[in-house]
Amino acid sequence: MGVIYILLTISIIVAIVFFISFIIAVKNGQYDDVYTPSVRMLFDDEIVKDQNAKPSKTTKTKQS
Amino acid sequence: MVESTCFHCGNDCDKNSINYDQKTFCCNGCKTVYDIFSNHDLSCYYDLQSAPGAIPKEIEGKYDYLDTPAIAEKLIEFDDDNTQIITLYIPHIHCSSCIWILENLHKLQPEISVSQVNFPKKTVRITFNNKSISLKEVVSLLSTIGYEPYISLEDYSTGAQQINRSLIYKLGIAGFAFGNVMFLSFPEYFEVSEFWLERYKHTFRWLMFAFSIPVVFYAAQEYFISAYKGLRSRILNIDIPIALGILALFMRSTIEIIFDWGTGFFDSLTGLVFFLLLGKFFQQRTYSFLSFERDYKSYFPIAVTRISKDNKKEKSIQVYDIKKGDRLLIRNRELIPVDCILIKGDAQIDYSFVTGEREPVVKQSGDKLFAGGKQMNAAIEIEAIKSVEQSYLTQLWSNDIFTSKASVSFTNLTDTISKYFTIVILSIAILATTFWIIVDATKAIHVFTAVLIIACPCALALARPFALGNILRIFGKHKFYLKNTDVIEQLAQIDSIIFDKTGTITTATSGAIQYHGMPLTPEEESLLKNTLRASNHPLSRKLYAILDQYDIMTLDDYQEYLGKGISGTLDQDHIKIGSSDFVGGTTITEKLNTSVHISANNTYKGHYSFHNQYRNGVQSIFEALSKDYELTILSGDNDGEKEYLTKFLPEETTLLFNQKPNNKLNYIKSLQQKNQKVVMVGDGLNDAGALKQSNVGIAISENVNVFSPACDAILDASKFDQISTYLTVSKNGIRIIKSSFVLSFIYNIIGLFFAVTGQLSPIIAAILMPLSSISVVLYVTLLTNISCKKISKST
Repeated sequence: MGVIYILLTISIIVAIVFFISFIIAVKNGQYDDVYTPSVRMLFDDEIVKDQNAKPSKTTKTKQS
Repeated sequence: MVESTCFHCGNDCDKNSINYDQKTFCCNGCKTVYDIFSNHDLSCYYDLQSAPGAIPKEIEGKYDYLDTPAIAEKLIEFDDDNTQIITLYIPHIHCSSCIWILENLHKLQPEISVSQVNFPKKTVRITFNNKSISLKEVVSLLSTIGYEPYISLEDYSTGAQQINRSLIYKLGIAGFAFGNVMFLSFPEYFEVSEFWLERYKHTFRWLMFAFSIPVVFYAAQEYFISAYKGLRSRILNIDIPIALGILALFMRSTIEIIFDWGTGFFDSLTGLVFFLLLGKFFQQRTYSFLSFERDYKSYFPIAVTRISKDNKKEKSIQVYDIKKGDRLLIRNRELIPVDCILIKGDAQIDYSFVTGEREPVVKQSGDKLFAGGKQMNAAIEIEAIKSVEQSYLTQLWSNDIFTSKASVSFTNLTDTISKYFTIVILSIAILATTFWIIVDATKAIHVFTAVLIIACPCALALARPFALGNILRIFGKHKFYLKNTDVIEQLAQIDSIIFDKTGTITTATSGAIQYHGMPLTPEEESLLKNTLRASNHPLSRKLYAILDQYDIMTLDDYQEYLGKGISGTLDQDHIKIGSSDFVGGTTITEKLNTSVHISANNTYKGHYSFHNQYRNGVQSIFEALSKDYELTILSGDNDGEKEYLTKFLPEETTLLFNQKPNNKLNYIKSLQQKNQKVVMVGDGLNDAGALKQSNVGIAISENVNVFSPACDAILDASKFDQISTYLTVSKNGIRIIKSSFVLSFIYNIIGLFFAVTGQLSPIIAAILMPLSSISVVLYVTLLTNISCKKISKST
């Protein structure tokens, strides 16, 4: 019988956790600039590649 | 030699190009930047985007003022014992390479711990250790790699800005509540009396009530405030029926659950607020890298160098501290902040900020210089004769139009309609209620609230933000940037267009040069070219650029006569270039065009005249516009081109010359008094007053990242010939909104039928409201997209 109350409490707590995390994200300014992070996340790969295969990379740029 | 472009900045390389590391560079500056990057393992910069760089500019001494603590303090955001944070605006930020290099600044300078780019705003936020490096060193580092920050007087006065995020919070809350309420109200939609449902529905209902409280009292707050303000100033705006609807929904639902009459309309209530806020969010799209509120402050430097009279020491002072009689040093490419007298040095002043005219003016010591000019030559010394606020240019901002915040209360389309809408809805509500009081008094209050609920003009309120927001975005893609969506509506209403001449309908880049007189022999032309080569005068540079290539020869004699001209001698030949008097030519009826006269071996040969180059399509644009609009040209220049203009522009065009900034403003005022809606198209700071006074001020800009005066819209110069298309699209946009109103009225009539007959159930409201909103949004988005195809086609 009481199980529905437990379920309700859990579902609302989960919803509120997400809601609070959204508020915190906005407060931290994560929604102020929605473009730059999309570009930035691609860079890490570039740098790693650059370090691993540095010799080939530099020769490539020289040829071009 | 193969035509090639610079590996660093992408400019065309001429003969002076430098080959280094198997790459071509257009100048030493670019090569140096490349060197710095490759030495620090940052050559990845060039992989992300080809030729992303900018030529670093000479900054010697320019940022000395950053060492003055009082000035630096105002710019720095955060200051700890050994950490400082500063946000700098860098106009050059334009691609992913820029983000990458600026976020890797710590590789170039280990004392910089974090740097973060905000691409839409073109700013970088730098955290550095101020014990080891100074702010000035950070700025110089940026400048040496071609990312010179732009620091203006505006940064000084505004300080750190607060970002308003309340709309995102409100949207989040409304969305959160909407979703949860939907879940909770779902079981009762089917109206089955089942044991479980009967047992728990009260819990569900009170939970929904709890969820809707923040929606009504926080998220929908603005609608109540705006409705209240509207009522107080006796305007029936669209927010009044919205506020009434929200209130009716909330009150009735609460009463229903208290007395156990039903589930209430919490789902419709939260959904309504969510959709309305979504519309607002969509409309709010602004171009964060553009500013539409600029005044002279964003053009002016923060500090200048003052030369102390007693001991000749240089000291950086804040521009507001300049007093009459101060001796100031203006370096190359620095702006003159006050009206002054030139004391020492060769002044070539570029007044393009002020007039739009990019041709530098040569001044001699003793001449008066006006604030706003940019020195294009070596450093000069000046003496201030006024303070900053009292200068000729800055005085314009003390005009009433700038001081009074009077945004001429513009009633938009929805507000106009809502006036009638509100009256009709209220009368229907009252009529229906009186009817039910007579027939069945128990139902009367139900019907009254039902009418208010269903009449809540959700679709009506959404049509405009979505239609105009969409047009705004499409315009933005085609380089026509609007301040807000109201501008589109105002553009659709105008009947008079005023153009500034210089810099607006003429281009600054290439002036047409024509030669009149006796033809020059090849020897003379070669001598002419070689003589011009030595001169730094802007006209000489222009003329030099158009003459054919000749071998470079060393002149036997070269002389420059300030303000008159130049002369050169080679072997037996002698050439004089300059003003008519200087050359000793027959003083032909001096035209008002700028011209350079030539004489060789003391015989007058002829002159080159420099015409203003009109933009492509000026004639066809004027022709197209003259059918629907009254056209005027207001020029600050003399009437030298009047004859030419009258010939090639439509007859009805009014031409006015010698217009001072205040004349322009007053001319627009006089048109507006005749009930005309005026668009001003201008570019320089001298148009600032006119742009502000007009109903819509459009600033033409060769490069939108460069500063343009306060206005309602910024148009990229390359799209000048599209003006009439933009105007028609705006008009169509308004038509689309009007037609969508018909659609939303149909929904309202259907809803009202349910409401008046007293059979509005929560499920009907829950279906009808989102359905009407979504279909209206789809309708306007689709139609505006189709109507905007026109722009893409004609480009």
